[in-house]
Amino acid sequence: MSDDIYREIILDHYRNPRNKGRLPNPDVSIHDSNPLCGDEIDMHLRVEEDKIKDIKFEGRGCAISQASASMLTEMVLNKPLNLVKDLAKEDILENIGLTNLGPARIKCALLSLKVLKMSMVKYYADRDPETASKLQNETGVD
Amino acid sequence: MQKSALGVYEIRQDFPVLKRKVGKNKTLVYLDNAATTQKPFSVINAIQDYYSSYNANIHRAVHQLGEEATFAYEQTREKVAKFINARSTDEIIFTRNATEAINLVSYAWGRKHVKDGQSIVITEMEHHSNIVPWQILSREKNAKLCYIGVDDRGYLRMEDYKGFLETGKVGLISLSEMSNVLGTILPLNEIIKMAHCIGIPVLVDAAQSVPHMPVDVQKTDCDFLAFSAHKMLGPTGVGILYVKRKILEEMPPFIGGGDMIKEVHKQETIYNDLPYRFEGGTPNVAGVIGFGAALDYLNRIGMDRVRDHEIDITRYTMDALADIKDVILYGPLNANERGGVISFNIADIHPHDLATIMNEHGIAIRSGHHCAQVLMERLDVAATSRASFYIYNTKEEVDIFIEALHDARRIFRV
Repeated sequence: MSDDIYREIILDHYRNPRNKGRLPNPDVSIHDSNPLCGDEIDMHLRVEEDKIKDIKFEGRGCAISQASASMLTEMVLNKPLNLVKDLAKEDILENIGLTNLGPARIKCALLSLKVLKMSMVKYYADRDPETASKLQNETGVD
Repeated sequence: MQKSALGVYEIRQDFPVLKRKVGKNKTLVYLDNAATTQKPFSVINAIQDYYSSYNANIHRAVHQLGEEATFAYEQTREKVAKFINARSTDEIIFTRNATEAINLVSYAWGRKHVKDGQSIVITEMEHHSNIVPWQILSREKNAKLCYIGVDDRGYLRMEDYKGFLETGKVGLISLSEMSNVLGTILPLNEIIKMAHCIGIPVLVDAAQSVPHMPVDVQKTDCDFLAFSAHKMLGPTGVGILYVKRKILEEMPPFIGGGDMIKEVHKQETIYNDLPYRFEGGTPNVAGVIGFGAALDYLNRIGMDRVRDHEIDITRYTMDALADIKDVILYGPLNANERGGVISFNIADIHPHDLATIMNEHGIAIRSGHHCAQVLMERLDVAATSRASFYIYNTKEEVDIFIEALHDARRIFRV
């Protein structure tokens, strides 16, 4: 199974992450970590007309968490921001090709999605509190 | 099969879980003993026996079951006192775990004795359980929390320690006798002697030392000692706090309630004698009784032999690890100066990924910050992998572990 998890594409995104770094003037930046593993992810977004115009992430942690973040940034770049609320964990797991992760490791794969959803809520909270609280309920971000 | 002075192969027969298959139908190789150890039949049976033949609350019942339960519970206290060579059972307090034992000292003793402007001295190697209680107390008392540094090989910087003592402001020293990450064993005799020269009490977090080597509280002359039953074959939910009698006599109670009292009136209470004054509420009776069986088991082996076995298997493992390319070992390199806890990293494989691969080989190792984030910052690593041993681990298991490391290198193409 390890051979199934640590496929070329995961190792590639782990060692050569896409969209890694900071943004000069992000509209929103959010940090979160997974206390169990200590994985850390920061997401920085620039939003124009409710579209994700630019996205970068910083982080450290296992191959699964970092590859997942890298792939997620590619997935949502230039997409409408509110699309993020409809992203389900299954979408992420399918996107990274890991649908068999155990309960301990699934949190690694989903940390970047959690941070992205928090970013979306924060973006609207700063601008449009009503939409933000509605989104918060719909996305299930704690 | 290799020979073993300890009789490891006979010992293994006493641990039912070691027959389990995990991962891809692999026999369990349990190398997470610094987190918790497995339990022998005798401990499991002692707990079952209590629940099935003499379950009762302790200390106050007149009926036979109550007397039997009280006797068994107090017998463990005697065994604990003997195990660490305390002068009296009055000095042995049962808590939930080592963390609660340290918190008991910080709340009951610390609140009374630590003063504004004083400092509490700990080390960079401490487990969170020996950091956070002192942060809370420091904040409350406006005291300063000071860290004795650790050098690159995991040894304590004694010059830091001397410097803190020279300030004349130290209220308490609290340190782990054996690091749960680096395995470093501290020169406790020297440390305590220096502290006592100027009248400063010393708490020893012995969660990693009492299970693995002989510990004698009269020899080291420590003032407080905390450890956990579950890290030495006993059940979870039982911690032990040793406190020198003269300190204990003046210590205010920690948890108020049943069992810790003699008389309760509307506005005042006369507290119970030592050590019951510090055991409010119904304790973990079954757990304490089970722990008695664990101590019997370790006594039959002898702690000197436990220590020798661990030095042997640690040296064997470190030699094998040193031969693998891209392995970084943390902590002292001399097996005689460290416990059987080996932290390492390998190439750019994150410890959690390594633990996942190991799991498929049936190997349980720990990965992460090991509740020692201050040390992780000092070492400038986010996480390490950790293999830790106990009396039932064999060199064949180490070979399986090394084999799995090679597999991880293959999977990660390093």
